[in-house]
Amino acid sequence: MRTDLAVIGAGPAGLAAALAASARGVRVTLLDAATQPGGQFYRQPGAGLGAARPEALHHGWRTWERLRDGLAASAVRVLTDHHVWCVERTPDGFTVHALLGPEQEEPVEVHARAVLLATGGYEQVLPFPGWTLPGVVSAGGAQAMLKGGLVVPGRRAVVAGTGPLLLPVATGLAAAGVEVAALVESTAPLRLARQAPALAGKLAEGVGHAAGLLRHRVPVLTRHTVVRAHGEDRLTGVTVAALDADGHVRPGTERHLPCDTLAAGHGMLPHTDLAESLGCRLDGLAVDVDTEQRTDVPGVWAAGEATGIGGAALSLAEGHIAGCSATAHLHGTARGPAPAALKARTALRRSAAALDSAYALPAYWSEQLTDDTVVCRCEEVTAGSVREALDLGAGDERTVKLLTRAGMGWCQGRMCSTAVAGLAGCAPTPAKRPFARPVPLGVLARHHPQEGLS
Amino acid sequence: MNPLELAGARPGPAFTVTFDGRPVDALPGQTVAAVLWAAGVTSWRDTRRGGRPRGVFCGIGVCFDCLVILNGRPNQRACLVPARPGDEIGTQEGTGHGRTRTPDGTGDGSTEEARHAD
Ligand SMILES: Cc1cc2nc3c(=O)[nH]c(=O)nc-3n(C[C@H](O)[C@H](O)[C@H](O)COP(=O)(O)OP(=O)(O)OC[C@H]3O[C@@H](n4cnc5c(N)ncnc54)[C@H](O)[C@@H]3O)c2cc1C
Ligand code: FES
Repeated sequence: MRTDLAVIGAGPAGLAAALAASARGVRVTLLDAATQPGGQFYRQPGAGLGAARPEALHHGWRTWERLRDGLAASAVRVLTDHHVWCVERTPDGFTVHALLGPEQEEPVEVHARAVLLATGGYEQVLPFPGWTLPGVVSAGGAQAMLKGGLVVPGRRAVVAGTGPLLLPVATGLAAAGVEVAALVESTAPLRLARQAPALAGKLAEGVGHAAGLLRHRVPVLTRHTVVRAHGEDRLTGVTVAALDADGHVRPGTERHLPCDTLAAGHGMLPHTDLAESLGCRLDGLAVDVDTEQRTDVPGVWAAGEATGIGGAALSLAEGHIAGCSATAHLHGTARGPAPAALKARTALRRSAAALDSAYALPAYWSEQLTDDTVVCRCEEVTAGSVREALDLGAGDERTVKLLTRAGMGWCQGRMCSTAVAGLAGCAPTPAKRPFARPVPLGVLARHHPQEGLS
Repeated sequence: MNPLELAGARPGPAFTVTFDGRPVDALPGQTVAAVLWAAGVTSWRDTRRGGRPRGVFCGIGVCFDCLVILNGRPNQRACLVPARPGDEIGTQEGTGHGRTRTPDGTGDGSTEEARHAD
């Protein structure tokens, strides 16, 4: 299969990019692992559910309608259910390798002259005692299951952690009939107030969520944290406590909240595997791009949360700019993105940065980790083992990993990397995963017969 | 209010799947994980080392906590795979290459070894 521009990821960034390029005459193929376009923000209920009012679970529905209708009217070829595991450079462009369908076994290749990575991100959850109990889910995960499957995991929930995502998750669960016992946010309201000028653009959305919290009578506990989740085989409640000005738990403030669901989140991390396997430079944990969203690898663009966390509106703006820039390149013209688009992106980036500094990770989160708290969920490595490795002289995430197997399981460290680095007292480093998805050996063997994998 | 009412859902006809041999109602358009949540089930895996129960965590295919045995094949991510009529869903114990559970909680079902090395 051949195309001019392969866009990977059909969230806000990928959709905006694909539509911008297609409207300017570029042959675009848009690939996504999910069964429908939309990404995380515009995740749609499964078609078979016949949802007549999906907008009840969403904000910014008009924008989605524009994207959806634009896509239907466009010449963009949409390949859903395509899990891209690697993008390879070839003499005349790129080969996108994907695995087809829910079982992810059948290989598919798309050959493209240029590639645009719009792979978004995933949620980070810092560990705490009890966080592996069934009933404890990531905040975004609860949201994804609600938006996509129209299901909730229980009757009474606590939403906890830090970051702007907790608000729509709390209001979403409440609207869907779950009693939300508390929204527990570790940031102090004052920190948010200080960023108010830069957040002006986000105000309307924030006010909408605040009204939702009031309407559903959701108690909000700021500068509080969950110190422990309780239960044997299923969550039965959480202990929350107040934080002092430095971020330590204030002794004596602990109280128990019965609940069967805890939706927890501490911000997002970018998906950078495909960019890394292409050799694109990273900036910290995000794909590094220039003003036109070009990576340092010629022919590869990146947009949206893969290039830094900033919300759906910023992803849309970046996607549009990337699509215009890729078009100019493919057509051999100099006309890139319009100055107005660049200006809009600047403003959105400013408010994203303000949010980011307002919602800092709770400073002393690791103080809550008892030695038997699991840190690496896949390999079941405890905080105690990580501390032992550190005592033995392991000074960084990589050495801890070698000594304990933390981060070497199924998820390849995506769930525990921040925590392991935090315990080791250093900044998380990019993981350098060989592939973005687990690949059946048969497919690999066909791909690299000379390496004789069998 | 429940999520189906909230979104004005008018799903196609429900169908039946089984979970550890017990019949469970499923709606078209739901993943295996959504079907289990709707049936009040939140764990369907026991970990390899500690034998601890797990279910959905990330909800988007990243964490691999929701692994399940689906129609004899272990290591399927329940949050990604759509449910289909007649699906046999089984709790995955450890690597999932052992025995499956039956409705009385004992383990005398059988599994097919995974065809691909995971
Ligand atoms: C689980 C979850 C739920 C969220 N819910 C909300 C919410 O309710 N409200 C809110 O304001 N923000 C939410 N967010 C934040 C959200 O990420 C952004 O606001 C927005 O969706 C980012 O847009 P994007 O286009 O950059 O990436 P995304 O929307 O994340 O889109 C990326 C797309 O790329 C696809 N993809 C990634 N890797 C591959 C691959 N290797 N092969 C094929 N396809 C791939 C994904 O399937 C996805 O569809 C959520 C985030 C997460 C992780
Ligand atoms: S819940 Fe994380 S992979 Fe399914």
